[in-house]
Amino acid sequence: MSDIDQMPVTMTVNGKKVQRFVDPRTLLIHFLREDLNITGPHIGCETSHCGACTVDLDGKSIKACTLFAVQANGAQITTIEGMANADGTLSALQEGFRQMHGLQCGFCTPGMITRAHRLLQENPNPTEEEIRFGIAGNLCRCTGYQNIVKAIQYAAAKLQGREFQEAAE
Amino acid sequence: MNDMTPTREQREAALEGMGCKRKRVEDIRFTQGKGNYVDDLKLNGMLFGDFVRSPYAHAKVTRIDASKALELPGVVAVLTAEDLKGVNLAWMPTLAGDVQMVLADGKVLYQNQEVAFVIAENRYIADDAIQLVEVDYEELPVLVDPFKAMDADAPVLREDLAGKTEGAHGPRNHHNHIFNWSVGDREETDRAFAEAEVSIKEMISYHRTHPSPLETCQCVASMDKVSGELTVWGTFQAPHVIRTVASLLSTIPEHKIHVIAPDIGGGFGNKVGAYPGYICAIVATIVTGQPVKWVEDRMENLSTTSFARDYHMTTEIAAKKDGTVTSLRVHVLADHGGFDACADPSKWPAGFMNIVTGSYDFPTAHLSVDGVYTNKAPGGVAYRCSFRVTEAAYCIERGMDILAKKLGMDPADLRMKNFIRPEQFPYHSALGWEYDSGDYHTAMQKAMDTIGYRSLREEQKARQEAFKRGETREIMGIGVCFFTEIVGAGPSKNCDILGVAMFDSAEIRVHPTGSVISRMGSKSQGQGHETTWAQIIATEIGIPAADIMVEEGNTDTAPYGLGTYGSRSTPVAGAAIALAARKIRNKAQMIAAHMLEVSEYDLEWDVDGFQVKGNPGLRKSMKEIAWAAYNAPPPNLEPGLEAVSYYDPPNMTYPFGAYFCVMDIDVDTGVAKIRRFYALDDCGTRINPMIIEGQVHGGLTEAFAIAMGQEIRYDEMGNVLGASFMDFFIPTAVETPHWETDHTVTPSPHHPIGAKGVGESPNVGGVPAFSNAVNDAFGFLGSTHIQMPHDAWRIWKAAKELGAHG
Repeated sequence: MSDIDQMPVTMTVNGKKVQRFVDPRTLLIHFLREDLNITGPHIGCETSHCGACTVDLDGKSIKACTLFAVQANGAQITTIEGMANADGTLSALQEGFRQMHGLQCGFCTPGMITRAHRLLQENPNPTEEEIRFGIAGNLCRCTGYQNIVKAIQYAAAKLQGREFQEAAE
Repeated sequence: MNDMTPTREQREAALEGMGCKRKRVEDIRFTQGKGNYVDDLKLNGMLFGDFVRSPYAHAKVTRIDASKALELPGVVAVLTAEDLKGVNLAWMPTLAGDVQMVLADGKVLYQNQEVAFVIAENRYIADDAIQLVEVDYEELPVLVDPFKAMDADAPVLREDLAGKTEGAHGPRNHHNHIFNWSVGDREETDRAFAEAEVSIKEMISYHRTHPSPLETCQCVASMDKVSGELTVWGTFQAPHVIRTVASLLSTIPEHKIHVIAPDIGGGFGNKVGAYPGYICAIVATIVTGQPVKWVEDRMENLSTTSFARDYHMTTEIAAKKDGTVTSLRVHVLADHGGFDACADPSKWPAGFMNIVTGSYDFPTAHLSVDGVYTNKAPGGVAYRCSFRVTEAAYCIERGMDILAKKLGMDPADLRMKNFIRPEQFPYHSALGWEYDSGDYHTAMQKAMDTIGYRSLREEQKARQEAFKRGETREIMGIGVCFFTEIVGAGPSKNCDILGVAMFDSAEIRVHPTGSVISRMGSKSQGQGHETTWAQIIATEIGIPAADIMVEEGNTDTAPYGLGTYGSRSTPVAGAAIALAARKIRNKAQMIAAHMLEVSEYDLEWDVDGFQVKGNPGLRKSMKEIAWAAYNAPPPNLEPGLEAVSYYDPPNMTYPFGAYFCVMDIDVDTGVAKIRRFYALDDCGTRINPMIIEGQVHGGLTEAFAIAMGQEIRYDEMGNVLGASFMDFFIPTAVETPHWETDHTVTPSPHHPIGAKGVGESPNVGGVPAFSNAVNDAFGFLGSTHIQMPHDAWRIWKAAKELGAHG
């Protein structure tokens, strides 16, 4: 281990309080994935560009690859593992991604859904342009985004009690 | 029968078989963050490996001193080429017949080349230790420009090949020459050009780029020293090939090597080859007796584990004045980097480049390719295409546009005039392929009608006039592309990897209760095989797809197969699946005959079971037959209901499509806006239209990236520029255009279900469509050809050079 003393961190992750000692240089993404075994958020670039590591921190989408775990001390964190409905069924967004074929390899999906979750909290009825702008911090190499946009529109409609008519292309 | 008996249509729908937009099985886990990717794996005592890499593109390595690194607590070992020599692994064979350094053996040939492998208790300590390994370099002259590779005074890159005038693919005529490959009739081609009424000649470059899946290349290797068994989990598009390579290199018997490819976060060709990281992780676990994980970061991925393209194609077309093409002559200068490490499944060093005659009826043609070494990363791989097919498509589709311009013909009309006609299939091309099926005219006409091609041309003309009058600063381009691919590697006469024929395989086991497990030699990286393979089986044996589990990627359980790339899964594994299923259906027919006490010839197949001909009330469903197979099989018939099929395809498949791109370019900013992109694909029989459309969207987005900016560039010192997502263009949702998709269906006559494969068509056809749109926009200002990639800076520069800035 490094010669700098470990520091205590406390945070609430997916509703559970966790307490650990970490190296101050430990990145939040490694803390989640390796210390807490929360492997839904992924690492795609280590430079904040791809968004595969996106988690929700105190009501904001953040990229966990460029934040130290100690900076998240005291925070409320939600990852993809905390996105399903309370009864364990898929959330409207998770269901939307499946119904609209909004994913292929699945590697960007946890970050993408976590980001979309926050987007819909901020703007429950976004236009296509607002969705595209809202997820521009999350890269996908497989889908070309078109069906991701539909998946988010599907979820927005469902959360507002409307039916989303359009099928996946 | 009563009213509750499902109708035939209901029974068919319940299967969710071929042709249905079945929702994906995989999504249940992926949408909940429960995918199982390599870096998610954690084993007791697992160590981390990471590389010391060269800052220089060409240098001698005069000293490596790891002593300070080894003093750092938590560092377990540091491997260098000297250590690997002890196990004969300092070099490894490439899939292209060359050899490649695993760790720098006395010199480095490209920036970021692997020099030493640090093994530590965690990835942070490994990173610290890398900084402490001292390496002395003596810089050498750097060769970056492939056009200078064969100059008399060009630096010698590969001293290990000194005196070798014969390479893996014939004579080498310079110390940086790898191969020359020629195909076609040179004499007839030269004669056609001598007699040509019209001809064009253009050097068309397809720049170096990279597949860059969102998950980088990675593995975990674990040696059990007691049993002598090695297990490797990795991002492998071809797990069985990796097992064979690992056995050949390590001398561990193949049955004691377990290769497992779990969920893979995209591949696009990047994860076909064997890389130094895999070898070093394996050696490290053998040395330490502990599991070792290796995960490359994005910069390492973009700068070392392969690249794609880097083809420089001097293209000539001969034609009559009326536009009839008479000959094609292409010379390619191929930049392979420091080692020829192409992941090329064909028997030829330029793969399937000889599909370069495209969709057109060329009476004669000649293609010649020279491969050279440069101080760049080794490779390459086929980035979402069958090997060198996207280069070929770009070459001919740019060439046809250039010819159209010279003739003053419309580029769509020129293509229509020269298409291979439907009655010519199976068509023998001048460069040696037998195209299986096609109806190009119908597809092209449908595409042109749908987008309103003629009125777009009229609008373009009006806007050009307006531009000339100074009324607008925007110009409009219409990109036309009609591509023919060659996919499904491949027939054993054409294709092998290290001598293993390119068949693929499927095993299907029907359980007594009528549910199924099936395993294949293919390996999905996002293509959705768990969903679509079950659809093929469902249709073939009448068991609902929901009751069929598909498992890939474990070499212990899956039959041997050559993996997933080059759009080969549906043409090859897909065929094996259908044939294995038919074996099961044949046996089921015998069992059903026994159950119904009729001759098997009196039975006919009907959706999900066998019925007596002329008496459909007398039937046995597959579920009933499955139970009988284990409970009361006919005498003289083995119990059980399972089958294996290995499929060596008789021919490649030839998907095709018509793509149109409408683009508006601001000449003052160089910004290009995609107004419309229409893609019509014909991939033969369609297994799951939803997944096909998804593949087309994704492939078009990659094509958009490549054509409009994505590039791995080097400066004159061999420094790789743009090896991060800051500089390497990956489109976000904002830049990505809206895609319109369409299709025609021309089944492959030689494939059991008529399917051809589609995953790569949009990349192959998309790139020329974008590039032709840019070139088409500037044509009226006097330009013939503008090189890719067409980022805003280069478009602006082209506009300036053509006088568009006044």
